[in-house]
Amino acid sequence: MRRQMLRQHSGAHGSYLRGSRYSELSCFFHSDMAVGAFARLSSTAELSLHCSPVAILLLFLKWLITVFDFIDHKEQIHALYGFFFSFLQDEKMCPYVCHLLYLLTRKENGESIQWCEMEYYFGMQSHLQALLSLYKLFCPELVTITLPGKMKTYFKNSEGPWKAAINAIRRRSQGNSPLSQPLFLGTAQPQSRKRKWNTQLFIPASSTNRNNLEQDSGKNHVDLYSANKSFPVEQLQTFPQLLENIHHLEFPSQMGSVLTNPLLLHYMNCIKDESVYLRLNYWMGQTLQEECTWCVADNQYEDEFKDFLETVYKTECFLQEGFSSCEEFLYKSLPLWDGFCCRSQILRLVSWIPLGNFSEMKSHLYDPLAQLFFTSSLYFKCSVLESLKELLQNWLNWHVIHLDSASDSQVCSLNTTLSGLVNVVAELIQFVGWISTVALRLENNPTFLLYFILDFYETVCDMYLRYSLPLLIMPPAGVFYPALLSMDSVSLNQLCYIMYRYRTNLVAAKENEQSKKKILQFKFSSQTYQEYNQYIIAMVGCLWTSTAFQKDIHPQGLRMDEELLKKTAMQELKTSFNIVYHPAMMGYAVLFLQQVMGWANIWGKKWNWYLEYLYTQGLKGLKLFIESSINRVSQASRSKAGNTQA
Amino acid sequence: MAAAGSPRSAPRGLTGRAFKPRPAANGAGAGAVMEPRAPSGTGRPSWGLLLARGHGPLGFSSSSQLLPPENADPQRTAFLLRKQWTLYSVTPLYRFSNAHLRNYSRLLSAFIAAERQKGWAVEVGVELDIKVAVSSLPDLKGSDQDHAAVLVEVRSLPSPQKTSQEKRIWSGWFCCVCGDDFFENMPEDFTCLPLFLANGAESYTAIVGSWFQKTFDCCFHRLAISPLNLSWMAAMWTGCKVDKTASAMELIFSVPGLLQPLDISYAIHPEDAKALWDTVQKTPGEITQEEVDIFMDCLYSHFHRHFKIRLSAAKLVKVSTAIASAHCDGIIKFLQSQYLIGVLRLLTELAISQIQ
Repeated sequence: MRRQMLRQHSGAHGSYLRGSRYSELSCFFHSDMAVGAFARLSSTAELSLHCSPVAILLLFLKWLITVFDFIDHKEQIHALYGFFFSFLQDEKMCPYVCHLLYLLTRKENGESIQWCEMEYYFGMQSHLQALLSLYKLFCPELVTITLPGKMKTYFKNSEGPWKAAINAIRRRSQGNSPLSQPLFLGTAQPQSRKRKWNTQLFIPASSTNRNNLEQDSGKNHVDLYSANKSFPVEQLQTFPQLLENIHHLEFPSQMGSVLTNPLLLHYMNCIKDESVYLRLNYWMGQTLQEECTWCVADNQYEDEFKDFLETVYKTECFLQEGFSSCEEFLYKSLPLWDGFCCRSQILRLVSWIPLGNFSEMKSHLYDPLAQLFFTSSLYFKCSVLESLKELLQNWLNWHVIHLDSASDSQVCSLNTTLSGLVNVVAELIQFVGWISTVALRLENNPTFLLYFILDFYETVCDMYLRYSLPLLIMPPAGVFYPALLSMDSVSLNQLCYIMYRYRTNLVAAKENEQSKKKILQFKFSSQTYQEYNQYIIAMVGCLWTSTAFQKDIHPQGLRMDEELLKKTAMQELKTSFNIVYHPAMMGYAVLFLQQVMGWANIWGKKWNWYLEYLYTQGLKGLKLFIESSINRVSQASRSKAGNTQA
Repeated sequence: MAAAGSPRSAPRGLTGRAFKPRPAANGAGAGAVMEPRAPSGTGRPSWGLLLARGHGPLGFSSSSQLLPPENADPQRTAFLLRKQWTLYSVTPLYRFSNAHLRNYSRLLSAFIAAERQKGWAVEVGVELDIKVAVSSLPDLKGSDQDHAAVLVEVRSLPSPQKTSQEKRIWSGWFCCVCGDDFFENMPEDFTCLPLFLANGAESYTAIVGSWFQKTFDCCFHRLAISPLNLSWMAAMWTGCKVDKTASAMELIFSVPGLLQPLDISYAIHPEDAKALWDTVQKTPGEITQEEVDIFMDCLYSHFHRHFKIRLSAAKLVKVSTAIASAHCDGIIKFLQSQYLIGVLRLLTELAISQIQ
């Protein structure tokens, strides 16, 4: 009857084993090994010996070997020892049975085994050797054949995929850490987790270039610098050493090592050798391309890549110029970047991009950055604005330096013409103006963002005087008016300072134009002056004369019709919006009045005291603006500001 | 799916002709076999796609020439055929000189010996005396500006007891075929050999590669071949004339499945494939992207008609023709010596696009 039952079960048993291996594994490892379940399986296996095909038994054996370590109570398996032993005769199952018996054998098994017939059957295969050696260990008197001394791996580790699955499930159930590797069941990829030999992420140590095989043994030449004896790079430790040996020094065999060696970087600055830069750029380009964590699938070395980017950035700051390979890398990888991985490092590297022509920059830098910019958090926006400001400053500094050494034509292969430079810078500023406008609307004019935008324009407003670049670009209305009408005094103060600097620059440009009496290459167009005047009218109207709503002539400005203003039902419309009542300044006005106690409002000479009070509160920009742009001829005629006319 | 621009006359054979069974036992005459296989592939995007510098988007010029039969000396290059070569791209070598090849052999032998002293083992329990030979192959270049190919061989020396010959246990060679466009302005000190092919144990490749990296300040990187480039190769090589009866053209696709990835092998009779290609290609000597697309679409639609599987959605992993066979992991096998230079030219272009 048992046999009949088993015939019925064997089919189900087979399919159970075959079809549900993975679910079995998963259910077993949520808790400890369920002995009962195993017992059920083993009993059916035992009795279905004649019914099941060999494949099923093989599968069962393989599974047993894989999960052997997890079984807590092995008595039942030991009870089946003889049963498994009988399978040794089957050629296909022999390796697996040997492996299983190897795991199971204990001392008491040795006595009851009819092992002596084994060697006649199959000869000395490695799995049999393993089993026999174990028997020899336990019962040396029963094993008389000699076994080879060297221990090799006897059993094939054939169930790697299963083991991988088991480990993954255990990890998942033990810790709640997310699986970092996908559960793919197959052989490992050829270039998988361990480090490849050609990985360059570790910056090589400086070692002398021993490649000088130019043997001039035949010639006798007197070498003044004794160049045969070059100073070994490994010994270079201090700056005085560098100075002493500067003529005998050679670059190390692997250029990558200069990144961490400031002395060699100094040396690199002195040597104007193209091959040096070529070597470094090739190495760096390949490393960046290869190790980029978001461009190469399953690259898990994000921290090392971050450190590498830091090192590159520090080197660029040291040399005060960007690497062309780094620029290429940014152009290639920014379109694929998620804005999150290595964020601060990438944005800092962006600030060292050398001047390039506009169309390249637009498609490779501005477009991907804009995409990320509009869809990211406030902090990302501010970081991008900061890095663009530094980019602008680096370009301007480069321009100033090369202005002095104008004859150095071989150094810069990029735009050497002034008009080219002006165009590129202008495009950058317009780009920033555009994204700032949109960002302010998206984020609803937060002070934090406005600070970074106005910081950028602080650099822009001074380009003529500080950096000798004949370019003056006013901020767009989308930046100016939110700053003018902002609710906090920091932005207002910054804006005042910026307008003051614009004025200074414009005045200086005008004077230069008029004094030189010759045609200058660049002169600011009348449109620039006009724009400035419009802004200044609005500003003075807001701060001083309370006439912003009537007199603002900017097309995107504050001007409102009389009827609309009447509808607001504000009393004293003509005196209600100025430096006292401006939302940003109200706080100061209140504090001022509290201090002086007893004054209801601020007019007449109290106005001056109020202004003095504001200046002591740190509003230096405001002070400069008022002093420069507002003519205080008399109380009555609060004249409009600015004596620069188009 | 109607192939856009199907050939004017359906070539005979594609629809009804029985395929000759391939000599390699790969299945019945039906020509398509599916086997479960482990996934592979490096998952690297083709850099050649991203910065197209006036060339086609693949690193190949859009008007690539068909490969004319070259007359490289078959004797010297015979050992390059019918071996699996793993591809690497190499940045220019600094201060490499052909005059010092003997010295390089000596230094490299010493380096390998030193590495083995360190405990790194090649094969357990087998003692080998290693000799390294670095030589030059002047025939393997495309134009005169190319640097001659450099061959590095690691041979095991016969021990006094055994009478066996010197055996080549690892070989690798650097070459550059028609790379002069890209390397025009390189200074004198640099030698441009952008393609490196290695055959033998990976451990030896690692050692030799590290030595070259340390000595000549270059960088080695595995060169993967994208499916797009593989389809180009399939199209280009199909059109080449081969003297003897050629083996079938075989394309292997990988369909990644969650539990069990699938491999689909699609074998096409070489004459049929060539007939199809001849109807697709318009200008002899020039190949455009559209022609390659049409060719592949025809093959895919034929397969779809019979098996209802859209191969265009699967990843093309390997291409085998009578001329050469290429795998997407960057493994190549040359089968015909007359087209060796042509195939090397394609591979050099790929290597250069990875370096630039």
